[in-house]
Amino acid sequence: MAPHKTTPDYDSDDAMQDVESMQVDSVGAKEKTVKDDLEHMFDDDLDDEPMVDASNAHKNSSGKVNITAISDIPSANPSDPEDMLQFYSRLFPWRQLFRWLNHSELPSTDFAHREFAFTLHNDAYLRYQCYPTFETLRRDVLNLNPSRFEIGPVYSTKPRDRKQAKGSFKPIEKELVFDIDLTDYDEIRTCCSKTKICIKCWQFVTMAIKVVDVALRDDFGFQHIMWVYSGRRGAHAWVCDKKARKLGDGKRRAIAAYFEVVKGSSQSGKKVNLERPLHPHIRRSHDILKDDFKQNILENQDPFRTEKQAERLLQLLPDRQLKEALREKWDSTIERPSSDKWKDIDALAGSGVSKTIIPKVLLEHKQDIILEYTYPRLDAEVSKHLNHLLKSPFVVHPGTGKVCVPIDISKLDEFDPDAVPTVTRLLKEIDQWKNPVKEEDDGVSTSRVSDIDKTSLKPYHDLFSKFVQKLLNAERPSPTEKPLHTEKSVKVKAEEMDF
Amino acid sequence: MLGRDAIRQKKREDRKAAYGNKLDATSSSYPNKGSGLPYPHRLNFYTDPPKDEVSLEEFEQWAIDRLKVLGEIETCQFRNNTPTEIDTTLRKLLDKYLPLNSNSSIPESERSNPRRFLGLTNERKKDHYSHFILRLAFARSDDLRRRFTTTESILFRHRFTTDNTIERAEFMDSLQLNSEVVGEAEKVSLAEELKAVLISGSKMPAEKARQMFEQEQYLKVDWDRVSDLVEGRKVFLRRGYAYVPNSMLLSLVMAEFSKRLDESLIKTARYLPHLDEDDRLIPILNHLSKGFTAPEYTSSTSLASLSGEAITASQIDNLSSHFPLCMKNLHASLRRDKHLRHFGRLQYGLFLKGLGLSIDEALIFWRQSFSKFTDDQFSKEYRYNIRHSYGLQGAGRNYKPYSCQQILMEHPPGAGDSHGCPYRHFSIENLTVAMGRLMGVEDRSVVNGVKQDVEAKKYHLACNRVFEYLHEKELKKKEGGAGKETITHPNEYFDRSWGLKNPGKRGGDGSEVQVKDEDVTMT
Ligand SMILES: [Zn+2]
Repeated sequence: MAPHKTTPDYDSDDAMQDVESMQVDSVGAKEKTVKDDLEHMFDDDLDDEPMVDASNAHKNSSGKVNITAISDIPSANPSDPEDMLQFYSRLFPWRQLFRWLNHSELPSTDFAHREFAFTLHNDAYLRYQCYPTFETLRRDVLNLNPSRFEIGPVYSTKPRDRKQAKGSFKPIEKELVFDIDLTDYDEIRTCCSKTKICIKCWQFVTMAIKVVDVALRDDFGFQHIMWVYSGRRGAHAWVCDKKARKLGDGKRRAIAAYFEVVKGSSQSGKKVNLERPLHPHIRRSHDILKDDFKQNILENQDPFRTEKQAERLLQLLPDRQLKEALREKWDSTIERPSSDKWKDIDALAGSGVSKTIIPKVLLEHKQDIILEYTYPRLDAEVSKHLNHLLKSPFVVHPGTGKVCVPIDISKLDEFDPDAVPTVTRLLKEIDQWKNPVKEEDDGVSTSRVSDIDKTSLKPYHDLFSKFVQKLLNAERPSPTEKPLHTEKSVKVKAEEMDF
Repeated sequence: MLGRDAIRQKKREDRKAAYGNKLDATSSSYPNKGSGLPYPHRLNFYTDPPKDEVSLEEFEQWAIDRLKVLGEIETCQFRNNTPTEIDTTLRKLLDKYLPLNSNSSIPESERSNPRRFLGLTNERKKDHYSHFILRLAFARSDDLRRRFTTTESILFRHRFTTDNTIERAEFMDSLQLNSEVVGEAEKVSLAEELKAVLISGSKMPAEKARQMFEQEQYLKVDWDRVSDLVEGRKVFLRRGYAYVPNSMLLSLVMAEFSKRLDESLIKTARYLPHLDEDDRLIPILNHLSKGFTAPEYTSSTSLASLSGEAITASQIDNLSSHFPLCMKNLHASLRRDKHLRHFGRLQYGLFLKGLGLSIDEALIFWRQSFSKFTDDQFSKEYRYNIRHSYGLQGAGRNYKPYSCQQILMEHPPGAGDSHGCPYRHFSIENLTVAMGRLMGVEDRSVVNGVKQDVEAKKYHLACNRVFEYLHEKELKKKEGGAGKETITHPNEYFDRSWGLKNPGKRGGDGSEVQVKDEDVTMT
């Protein structure tokens, strides 16, 4: 163990050694907790729903949860199946997930007709799973121990009964979703590539969230928008307003197109070509992004530094004479930083190097460039289809071990993907947790602290609960039915009931 | 009482299914909404199929009356009339065949009295029923459906734009578009945003933009009712509402109208095979669909002669003095290049066929004209093609000479092509040169007149203007009689021209032009 490391970097190989040794030490304690938990779970289980559709019998090799397996030494795998099992049994917010998708406390078809899809560790993919309650869903997850699971639409009938329903089986609602992924930024991010990510390129995601979030609220009037870290290099938005859930494909496509500003995929050519005056949505986005462009793009990404990169900038600018003057200036200074080059544009244009330059045209081109480097690049296909599946919040990303936590939009700038807890870290936090209350005070107090409260997942969990509660309040049939005091009491009760 | 039972109960039910009446919710509230009258609004979106029985005579007469209106709309369309011109034409025609008066034509206090309202109800019933009868007649082919939707949409637009504003607003309400008028205060507070969207991409000067904005009225609708406008960022959005300018609302309503009609027609088409074979409606429907066709020109010469003798290949050069500009141009290109490309051969070849050039003479004509090719090449590449156009090879279809409408609308010429309509497809400069060189038209006032016609997209008027100028003397002699009829077919141009220049020979004055109705789609 390495006690000197208080916040170890679990994603680096060095740190992993520490984790391994720590895990070996704590195996005994862990085993007991899981066992208790499982027993408790089966006691509670009054439901006769079959565990898995017989036709989809890709049962996990272990079938039932194999408790002895826990004594195996965890590998360096960031999403070790055994850790995952621990996570899903002790830390996953099942009840809140249920309330979120069910839109009420009483079980309804909103939840029961919802499709869940599992990716198992052997890469089998189980679609059209459905559950009457969160307990049955939880039980199946613990049984199958999937490497991840996704949420699909609510169907006209139970997805498992789709064959009997024949033609009438169709998706009827699902949250409107958005997917921002840094792979779509690879041509403009210079700091990392492929699956790598750092705080610098995370800013692309931050900028995208800012622009999309405000537009969804101010333009489209949606209120219940949850942003979720996708576990590696992106974020998802779940727009949960009733109206959003009921949108058909055509209207989803319209929204996706509304957000389509950066067009074309080739390396060359100007990808933002907007008509003037700018549409108010674009105008607002530009105003939000223009300062970010200076800091996140010109300073941090420095995308026009080399001669070849600078040529790309020249391509995007108007006026031959101005471009020639710029090229000449930049040729004489090797690797002049992007911010300086950006300033050079106005400086040279103002100094009269070109007789043909039209200030308005130059300004418009500069606006287009800012948008090309900052405006959201959404994976539109994800948003366009009612029946598209998306990874559930709080699932562990199998590649990174990070939990797909919700992002607090009010502290968006503070969000750091590197600080997102991994499943291994969370389990360690449980093991290391010491009851601040003295033992002799009250023997019961220890058991009353839930596992989640022992970990750094707690704030994310609270954020989710708050979001769900707000959504449920809005879904209530009529405001006259909720006198002020009940709202408070329901809230308290809901929090108590978790886990 | 013949035909009281012509449309039996079962039929009505079947037809109701065929019309694809999905909007049960609407049918209960509308057209009976509020007033208790069957047709509270003058305008109709035709979502509900007829419920009452009509006699066979009414069935046929109402349909024929509507057909006259739709036929005239097609003619206007093909003449490239502006909406204002179509409105003028339609006003007269509709008064006669399909009047539809507004509620304001009777005193307000008496409008709720079904008796006082009876006249309006009958007009609206005729409009409603005739629309649905024609649906049955025109659902049968893609082409008929397309034309029916187009002409019905124009008819609807005419009525929509000429409707009393208050009644139109009431009608809009009944469509449940959930719109709300944007008040002046709100409009002013959002002026910058609304204006930006309104003039986006127009490069309009600021003063003009300001005026345009001031005149504009806005409606607020749920954004998802105008999702196609949202998709293109064509409207301003705020808190879930789209701010739709009135000028765009028309296109919105029109889009909705044609979309619904298209969908219903496809459903009707699926139902058609289920009409009983002995049904008395079938012959009427067949007859109706035949009546709705683009006028096709049948030359009165019909393979005969211009002066008693058959036309030969060698006469074409001489006869070309009677050709309209499009054919003159094709002829000149053929002489210059010794070749014409596919659509050029088709347009010109069928025109010559229309003159009465026999297949044998046509083969001689084309063989001689394509002088840079060897006999072998000609046989391989073109012979089949020419025989085909005479219906002697391949599908055996007897192709008809292209009308101006077809030349204007179909197969726009690309680089290297010589077909099409020069008035439409040439630049103004090239057109001026072509008129001078090919037609000998250099008169300033004629050329300017043509330019104006072309700018107004009235290509047929330009062509007729040239015709009138070239035949001024002959037309005067005839004291402006039959010559005033607008020419709508190149062969008609030729026949008239030849007739005017050769009075006495074959009928002489060129007035014996026949326009024959024939249903191309039924063959
Ligand atoms: Zn990076």
